[in-house]
Amino acid sequence: MTKYIGTDVVVVGGGIVGSSAALALRQMNIPVMVIERDLCGVHSSGVNYGGVRRQGRPLSQLALSSRAHEIWGRLSSLIGIDGEYLRSGHLKIARSQSDLVSLETYRNQTLAYGMDLQMLDASELRRRYPWLGQRAVGGSFCPEDGHANPRLVSPAFAAAAKRAGADIREHTRVDHTEHDGENFKIITNSGLQVRSKFLLNCAGAWSGKIATQFGEPVPMESIHPVMVVTEPMPSFMHLSLGVEGGGVYARQAPSGNCVIGGSRGFALDEMRARPSRDAINLVLQQTVELLPTLRHAHIIRSWSGTEGSLPDRQPVIGKSLTTPGLIHGFGFSGAGFQIGPAVGEVLAELVRDGYSHTPIDAFSINRFSLHS
Amino acid sequence: MIHNEKSGDFKPVIVGAGPAGIRAAQTLLRYGLRPTVIDESPLWGGQIYRQPPAQFVRTKKDLYGFESSRADSLHRGMAEILDQIDYQPDTLVWNAQDQQLDTLRSGRTLTVNYSHLIVATGATDRVLPFSGWTLPGVFSLGGSQVALKYQGCAIGSRIIFMGTGPLLYLVAYQYARAGANVLAVLDTSKLTDQIAAVPAMFAQPALLAKGVYYYSWLLSHGVRLCHDVEPLRALGDDRVSSIVWRDTKGEQTLECDAVGFGYALRSETQLADILGARFQFDIPQRQHLPVRDDLGRSSVPGVYLAGDGAGIMGADSAELAGELAAFALISDTKILKLTQSDILRITEIQSLQSKSKKFRAGLERAFTFPEQWGKQAPDDLIVCRCEEITAGEIRKAVVELGATEINRVKAFTRVGMGRCQSRMCGAAAAEIIAQTTGLDISEVGRLRGQAPIKPIPFVTDVQVVPDVIRGAP
Repeated sequence: MTKYIGTDVVVVGGGIVGSSAALALRQMNIPVMVIERDLCGVHSSGVNYGGVRRQGRPLSQLALSSRAHEIWGRLSSLIGIDGEYLRSGHLKIARSQSDLVSLETYRNQTLAYGMDLQMLDASELRRRYPWLGQRAVGGSFCPEDGHANPRLVSPAFAAAAKRAGADIREHTRVDHTEHDGENFKIITNSGLQVRSKFLLNCAGAWSGKIATQFGEPVPMESIHPVMVVTEPMPSFMHLSLGVEGGGVYARQAPSGNCVIGGSRGFALDEMRARPSRDAINLVLQQTVELLPTLRHAHIIRSWSGTEGSLPDRQPVIGKSLTTPGLIHGFGFSGAGFQIGPAVGEVLAELVRDGYSHTPIDAFSINRFSLHS
Repeated sequence: MIHNEKSGDFKPVIVGAGPAGIRAAQTLLRYGLRPTVIDESPLWGGQIYRQPPAQFVRTKKDLYGFESSRADSLHRGMAEILDQIDYQPDTLVWNAQDQQLDTLRSGRTLTVNYSHLIVATGATDRVLPFSGWTLPGVFSLGGSQVALKYQGCAIGSRIIFMGTGPLLYLVAYQYARAGANVLAVLDTSKLTDQIAAVPAMFAQPALLAKGVYYYSWLLSHGVRLCHDVEPLRALGDDRVSSIVWRDTKGEQTLECDAVGFGYALRSETQLADILGARFQFDIPQRQHLPVRDDLGRSSVPGVYLAGDGAGIMGADSAELAGELAAFALISDTKILKLTQSDILRITEIQSLQSKSKKFRAGLERAFTFPEQWGKQAPDDLIVCRCEEITAGEIRKAVVELGATEINRVKAFTRVGMGRCQSRMCGAAAAEIIAQTTGLDISEVGRLRGQAPIKPIPFVTDVQVVPDVIRGAP
């Protein structure tokens, strides 16, 4: 039994990008339907590390990231919960002089973006953070970066969009999309046939299919970042901690549990992923060096997710070059949580105005089509 | 022992050294397969036939009562084969991937290769909390039994046992026999159901007789036996000091200094889950269980399931299931052939198992799950003690956030995220979700298994054995 519905915008994917786009569209009073195969915010948006960080992003992302920073600042009024969001600061440590130079260079290049990065030498690190392991030779501190709980925040964006009038269809899979030159026709497994002027491709790791279907293939692969969580520990670390050059990263949630990310898991199937033995072992081995306080702690859970990643580790954000009304927002390569809400607003502006004041040229899909 | 030059190609591993694991090991060994047996306990026997530390002097008769000869047979059986198997006690299996298990022993993680795997992971208490259950002095039934069996101590000096299930009367009896002052057994099931269940339990008259004996013994020794009980709350400041319940006679209070409670058992299925076994909801046990065929083959080639870890069938049945799983493994090697007498033995075991199933059906009738529990649980009742999540918070996630599936409720509330990894709270949380959504308990979903199967420390000594096993299925 087919049910025909018309709307202005269909968003495929109810992650943080799709949901915040829907919320922004509703704030502009534009009709929108979100079609989500599972539940909103259960994939990468809901199971990521929870870093809300500008520091360390490529320069091309910082305008978007600054815009997101402002949105995060009014998170509770926007989505109705605090989402355990803390502007705790983000510390990136260096374990060698050359890493420290990299951090300094980054700081000098990004002065215009108001991150207020503070360089800390080894003795200042020890003084401020006595719980930190001995290998750090210095670090860069971003006072207003922080962390939040993704499994609360991302579904809350969808819930807020729904309250604002978005038509959210969960457990609904898009089986077919086509464009007749004017409108999209979207057919779902639930017997829904939707007509819309705009189609937002926010389907995360599964966005490549839609892009390909409209003649814009991208070299996307699925990645599976691994998170491990400890039993609740007495509060010792407020900030979110990263390491220049890679390795494990860590934060302590308000509940006392430490969330530690690092390495990659593996896919069980197209939808599900699991931490690998190697990833868990790496976290087991590297964490204590970084955080000796956790020497006697236990890990109680681990998880992974499925995230779309592109070779240059930059997302695709912007209008399709082949199909009018198709707008992409995917491929965040493991770093979409913080900028997600700003991307949502930009996508809504592209629908309403055809352009956004926030620079997104670097993320055009044409960077792949030109080379193909 | 059958000697076969090819048997060295196989590396069977058994997880769990309880009744199922031990019988499986003995059977494999008869065919020249030398299994690795990995067990969390320092000594073999499992939970039911748990052995006390070596320096303890209580006799098997004291420890295991009617079951002492069975316990003795298993203990001896394992002792006799110790030098022929690779026995790894005190070892936790915390993950599985690519035909290897990740184990933890003495702060060291080590991978163990297998060609075939028998999962005999046993069971733990099924807990349905009541107000005050987190007070000191309140134990699970299984925990109460372990204290007595393993450590030779009682959970208190004036004890109430509460809940339902065969273990309720067994533990009360064991405590009373050991000299503890058992004040009362408060059973949530109806006496009429227990009487009605008797015909089905005649399938195994010896087990029925034991149950009747415990019951009569307790009655004749002045232990108060109440039925149709609704536990209301435990009272106390630093420790439980009394239990309040309601039964047909109204609200009642009884002073005590310890409580053991539980509602039968739940299978430990996490390893089967991580191994990728297919699950199905089991209506009588109200739990998703790994699917297995008549001999115990899971849906994953080379992985076999035996004992209470794949569905609660009791210790006697677990021994038989261990033997069957070993038979299945042996015939799946395609190289080893079951002897004619073992082929006959399979038929014999299967007929015993079907009696056992009839008896289980009787037990389910006699000790009915309190389906009204979800409705009765007050909003301020702590369901998840690790994370201190109340029944009200779970209901709120359903009603206000629209979560109807247990993993979603977990994501919103933290229920099941703590150290116990939902062992204590998972069954209760599912009941509350079912009650609030109006869904059947089979429809609220299954908490996804994750490594580590139990908490593991940060360790620096990691060893991965890289070699690939030949003869893997």
